[in-house]
Amino acid sequence: MTTVAMGRARGASAAWLVARRELRDFSRDWRLLGPILLLTIFFPWLMNLTAGMAVDFVNRYGAPLVAERLIPFLLLVVGFFPISFCLVIALESFAGERERQSIEPLLAAPISNRQLYMGKMVAALVPPLAAAYLGIGVYLLGLWLNIGWLPTAMLLTQILLLTSAQAFVMVGAAVVISSQTTSVRAANLLASFIIIPAAQLIILESMVMFWARYEVLWGILLALMICGVMLARIGIHLFNREELLGREIDLLDMRWAGRVLRSTFFAGARSPGEWYRGLFSRSLPQLKIPALIMVLALVLGYTIGIRLSATYTLPLDVLSIGRAPPGAELDLRSFGLLTGRGWAWVMSNNLRAILLASFLGAFSFGVAGVVLLMAPVGIIGYFAGNLALAGLNAPLLIGGLVAPHGLAEVPAMILAGAAILRLGLAWVSLPQGTSLGESWLRAVGEWARVGVGLVVPLLAVAAALEVFVTPLVAIRVLTGF
Amino acid sequence: MVRFLIECEELCKRFGRLQAVDRVSFRVEAGEVMALLGPNGAGKTTTLRMLASILTPSSGQATVNGFDTLTQPDQVRRSLGLLTEHHGLYTRMRADEYLTFFGRAYGLPEAEITRRADELLHRLDIADSRKRRLGEFSKGMRQKLALARALIHDPTVLLLDEPTSAMDPASARLVRDAILALRGGARAIVVSTHNLAEAEMLADRIAIIRQGRLIEQGTPADLKERVLGNAVMELRLTEPVDGHTRALPKEVHVLESGERWLRYATDDPARDNPALLRSLAEAGASVLSLAERPRSLEEVYLKVMGNPPVAEADGA
Repeated sequence: MTTVAMGRARGASAAWLVARRELRDFSRDWRLLGPILLLTIFFPWLMNLTAGMAVDFVNRYGAPLVAERLIPFLLLVVGFFPISFCLVIALESFAGERERQSIEPLLAAPISNRQLYMGKMVAALVPPLAAAYLGIGVYLLGLWLNIGWLPTAMLLTQILLLTSAQAFVMVGAAVVISSQTTSVRAANLLASFIIIPAAQLIILESMVMFWARYEVLWGILLALMICGVMLARIGIHLFNREELLGREIDLLDMRWAGRVLRSTFFAGARSPGEWYRGLFSRSLPQLKIPALIMVLALVLGYTIGIRLSATYTLPLDVLSIGRAPPGAELDLRSFGLLTGRGWAWVMSNNLRAILLASFLGAFSFGVAGVVLLMAPVGIIGYFAGNLALAGLNAPLLIGGLVAPHGLAEVPAMILAGAAILRLGLAWVSLPQGTSLGESWLRAVGEWARVGVGLVVPLLAVAAALEVFVTPLVAIRVLTGF
Repeated sequence: MVRFLIECEELCKRFGRLQAVDRVSFRVEAGEVMALLGPNGAGKTTTLRMLASILTPSSGQATVNGFDTLTQPDQVRRSLGLLTEHHGLYTRMRADEYLTFFGRAYGLPEAEITRRADELLHRLDIADSRKRRLGEFSKGMRQKLALARALIHDPTVLLLDEPTSAMDPASARLVRDAILALRGGARAIVVSTHNLAEAEMLADRIAIIRQGRLIEQGTPADLKERVLGNAVMELRLTEPVDGHTRALPKEVHVLESGERWLRYATDDPARDNPALLRSLAEAGASVLSLAERPRSLEEVYLKVMGNPPVAEADGA
């Protein structure tokens, strides 16, 4: 065995030692074990009853398809329920030890952060998984005995994998919460941030399953696995022995937060010129890779738009672009174009879009923010595709209708998207020796620097071009010069 | 072999705006017991946690058994046993399971764990309770088991945070005896305590911390001399002292006196005490006793902390 392999084996053994102790502790607590066993058996029985009644009911009215779709969905639900009520174990993993003050001897032992974290994670994962598999087993046994229904091997594999991935994500998030809170009470409160998205995921999965688009479940499984791995990585990255012993981890210190934000935003600059020099020399170089990702995302959005135009082609009469009528400029004014009011409306609309993308991106590793910014480019791609399919000069039309203000708006989107990505990824790219709060505040400060210094001015210029220049160019293009 | 098993150099720890530990430096040799004294919040526990590689120093550095606490935390943790301020036991485990868990965490072979656990449980007089759940243990028993946990891997360095707090006198004595038995050899022990009598009993050296700063350190005798001044002698006569004060040598400085007793200070007791006895004998005084007045570590501590000891009403 190589040294690396021996090290890994030792590491796994230490993690398993921690996990085994936790599991033994869990197995001795009847207040946890009793309800979990009871619920694990009761819910599948209830679902069985539901499935049986549903089958009878829909068969009576000649709609066997509903039962056919309902039974696999209930299979997913019986796997999900035990995971949700077993979350209490994961939420208690670190916060509980802190409260009982039993964490310090463990932290003083030669067990690495990774081993300790993985041990806790495994210990928190085993009970919900065992309960979920037991629940699924009870449900299937009941169905087989009552109505003789058995799932296909593919469906069963999908459900088991989805259940495991959901447990991995939910437990992963719960352990992160537990390691970042001072009490079980706080951890339980924050668990809503797990339960609500998980419930929404179940709704999405139910839609997919009722539509019988089972192949989509593979995509959901992949997304869940990525999310789970990222959560585990965040957890290990954020795990800090020091903060586990500290009492002020969740203390809200607005003054300190204000100081961190101010110091990041101003970065010691004494004049606007110095501030802008700092922005270009320090902040912008850090955005190189996120900006590249953003450019690729916009290209991807445009390409997706073009591809969708082939599938969902607009009727030709919608695209009947004729000559602009006389007095078109006056009509434009009535729409608010070519006026200051129009500029304010476009500017505020763009700002709201950027703020919404930032908010969504901040809590989704930047992904939701980037997707939102991709949407308008995708729509442009979709129209460009439709114009080309209709035999019109798409580059000329798109160039005339979009390019003038796009010259400022696209760079603004790229910079905003890059800053959002950095903000969203602040959770996973914690600088050594920096707390989560500080890292997050610094990322917000950097986001604000780029926003105020570049994105807002670019958006202001773009809005001016969109309101005062683009309409005129569009008229020229539409009227064939 | 490393001479100083613990070395701290300008160790600092800041929590936000609070300077918990401020440039603390000390060394502890193999075979030495050092007591860390100080009021609550002085920085004793923070110092121990930095030595145990649980907290990262804001600046300064420390080595334990020759290993850097910052860059070699795993080796540091293997070298030391930490008795934490709160015993923090897993109450659903049994005593033998608990020690086995920590023995495995320290990478000991199973046979060694069994042998060490057995030895420690007997030494700390809790062997009969090895199969009991820890939730059923009394406070004193929990503290003893926590000490056994800290010792399970026979560490070279032992950090004990309030080792006898919450213990009845008999248990406290048992633990103190266990600590005394551990001193010597190749082990260094740091005891953080509020119990000054215990510190004096256990420690070769005392370090006093106030508001994160180490303000005094030395052997108990050194500290008494440095902080309280020269030794104070107490002379008792069988008759009133008034008639004999003229017989005292001029090197003797009387500090206070009663009807039949007086206390004095002298720069050189070996020279002045025999001279004093000779003068008194020549003056016909009958001496009942002459002895150095015992001075406690408490007096040193209170003086260092800025609270002078309460004067005794009467020496008689």
